[in-house]
Amino acid sequence: MAKTLFDKVWDSHVVRNIKDGPDVFFIDRHFIHEVTSPVAFLGLKTRGIDVIYPERTFATADHNTPTINQHLPVKDPLSANQLKALEENSKEYGISHWGLGHEKNGIVHVVGPENGITLPGATIVCGDSHTSTHGAFGAIAFGIGTSEVEMVLSTQCIMQPKPKKMVINVNGQLGLGVTPKDVALYIIAKLTTSGATGYFVEYAGDVFENMTMEGRMTVCNLSIEMGARGGMIAPDQKTFDYIKGRLHTPKGADWDTAMEYWKTLKTDEGAEFDFVYDFDAADIEPMITYGTNPGMGIGISKDIPSAEEVEGGIATYQKSLGYMGFSENDAMIGKKVDYVFIGSCTNGRIEDFRAFASIVKGRKKAAHITAWLVPGSHVVEAAIKEEGLLDIFTAAGFVLREPGCSACLAMNDDKIPAGKYAVSTSNRNFEGRQGPGARTLLASPLVAAAAAVTGVVTDPRELM
Amino acid sequence: MAYDKFNILKSSAYPLPIENVDTDQIIPARFLKAIERKGFGDNLFRDWRYNADGTPKADFVLNNPKYSGKILVGGRNFGSGSSREHAAWAVYDFGFRCVISSFFADIFKNNCLNIGVLPVQVSAEFSDKVFAAIQADENAEIEVNLPEQTVTILATGEQESFQISGYKKENLLNGFDDIDYLQNIKSEIQEFVKTRPF
Repeated sequence: MAKTLFDKVWDSHVVRNIKDGPDVFFIDRHFIHEVTSPVAFLGLKTRGIDVIYPERTFATADHNTPTINQHLPVKDPLSANQLKALEENSKEYGISHWGLGHEKNGIVHVVGPENGITLPGATIVCGDSHTSTHGAFGAIAFGIGTSEVEMVLSTQCIMQPKPKKMVINVNGQLGLGVTPKDVALYIIAKLTTSGATGYFVEYAGDVFENMTMEGRMTVCNLSIEMGARGGMIAPDQKTFDYIKGRLHTPKGADWDTAMEYWKTLKTDEGAEFDFVYDFDAADIEPMITYGTNPGMGIGISKDIPSAEEVEGGIATYQKSLGYMGFSENDAMIGKKVDYVFIGSCTNGRIEDFRAFASIVKGRKKAAHITAWLVPGSHVVEAAIKEEGLLDIFTAAGFVLREPGCSACLAMNDDKIPAGKYAVSTSNRNFEGRQGPGARTLLASPLVAAAAAVTGVVTDPRELM
Repeated sequence: MAYDKFNILKSSAYPLPIENVDTDQIIPARFLKAIERKGFGDNLFRDWRYNADGTPKADFVLNNPKYSGKILVGGRNFGSGSSREHAAWAVYDFGFRCVISSFFADIFKNNCLNIGVLPVQVSAEFSDKVFAAIQADENAEIEVNLPEQTVTILATGEQESFQISGYKKENLLNGFDDIDYLQNIKSEIQEFVKTRPF
């Protein structure tokens, strides 16, 4: 029977199917970080059980780490305590740990692929909803809760009902200044934040085929923002070239065996999906959000919709615009910006900093803008320096910080102050997400750069 | 972690008729710094419930003494966003045992089921009726019957059934969790792992 890519990977990981219940689902790779793992380890201790396959779990500190002066002790005692717990738990159970200051340290969804932990056909989970990022490699990857972290630690399995299948086809040629982030924000705006709930998505079509691995990661990363558990893209030569030779990638004969399998990882002709979307690349322009969920996005040249034009309740919509300090039918272009954040597991990779540099090169940061440039990992940080991007940033008045999740969720000190507007390359514009009272406009690195040099929401195509 | 068994819950409810309530609202990230599962209920809906200086916002439903109960009724697409189980813990720790909504985000729903909070998904029409019943009488009781898989507005007798897998239902009725189950099939998992190439 014709199978989808998702079917092939899912079905090969089912240990047992429970009647009128979930599948017992085997997990190849498990990432942990300091925020969602401590209670899981506590659970193991309470039950008196061990970690079954410590070599399949990888720890990195990212959510709650400072992005300046990482060589100094962490000031906040609660954050320091979480980092210490991750280090001690990893040590006690024999789990690889890339703590603060380690050369491999960085955001979990950036360092996994960088080190070949993320592989096609693998199942990957982490106590973080943006684990969907790893689907870019043809893996089934999704976020889990802490109870499930404990399940994976103790049995390498979780209990999951198999989601329904959706394919999102985007074909055609993307226009000038339209990045993978814009493609994702466009899809989310079309589907809403709950449009893919209960589904696992496959992204198909020439737009994704032509995308770099970094771009595919950005798209898959945002799958959760339309409610999908995850999203994936069939592996191709680009995928294999990216992973070859990395730290944990199979080597020698193992590579050849793996390649034989990986080449079978595509949706068969005639395989059926429960839902199909088709979009035209030509309809997508650089996107920006105006509200308090990632589905509230529009083309940057457009005006904020009126309440009658959007799905859902008017009260919720007006509450959202009220929080943002915006009105129906306002133009987005020209809105004043106070902060710019480039980074996160969505847009914290080298390609994102290249895009940012392409706009700020030869220009100056607007005087009133506070900009936080936060690389996704030390590897990204090193590349920024090697490629000369840092010189461009410095000349334009920007400072590069150290890796971490930073202002994406503002657990550390990188908080946008109440009432201020931030153009952010991260993934969520929820109320207070980037700091209590902070107002977030989600956008691509190009749109972020355009705002950083002009001080207002600006169409990046005018600066290209 | 052990939780209270769930059977039949008869309770008044708190109404929160807002759509797309995300887990950053249920518990903001800055309150995720604990390494134990304690005290999350204090920060449930922190920024909707308290002013920046820590004083309660009188108009928020959890601060309104008219309302009480172990049931939270939320708007459509409840629990979207982050996978933080802390959101479900905060709901449980505050004293809720059931959340009713016309639509739940996936991970939040799963997290609730894993810790003993029953997510009851009802039709949009029935959700409207529940909100209306609470608006008419803030002490209006709702009965959530897990064995029968029904939810009833006691004042009017209006009733709807809800879905839950047989497996999860047994777990909630008995206070079992998935780890107990998985521990018992460990040898099967150890056989399975031999089939994995990497």
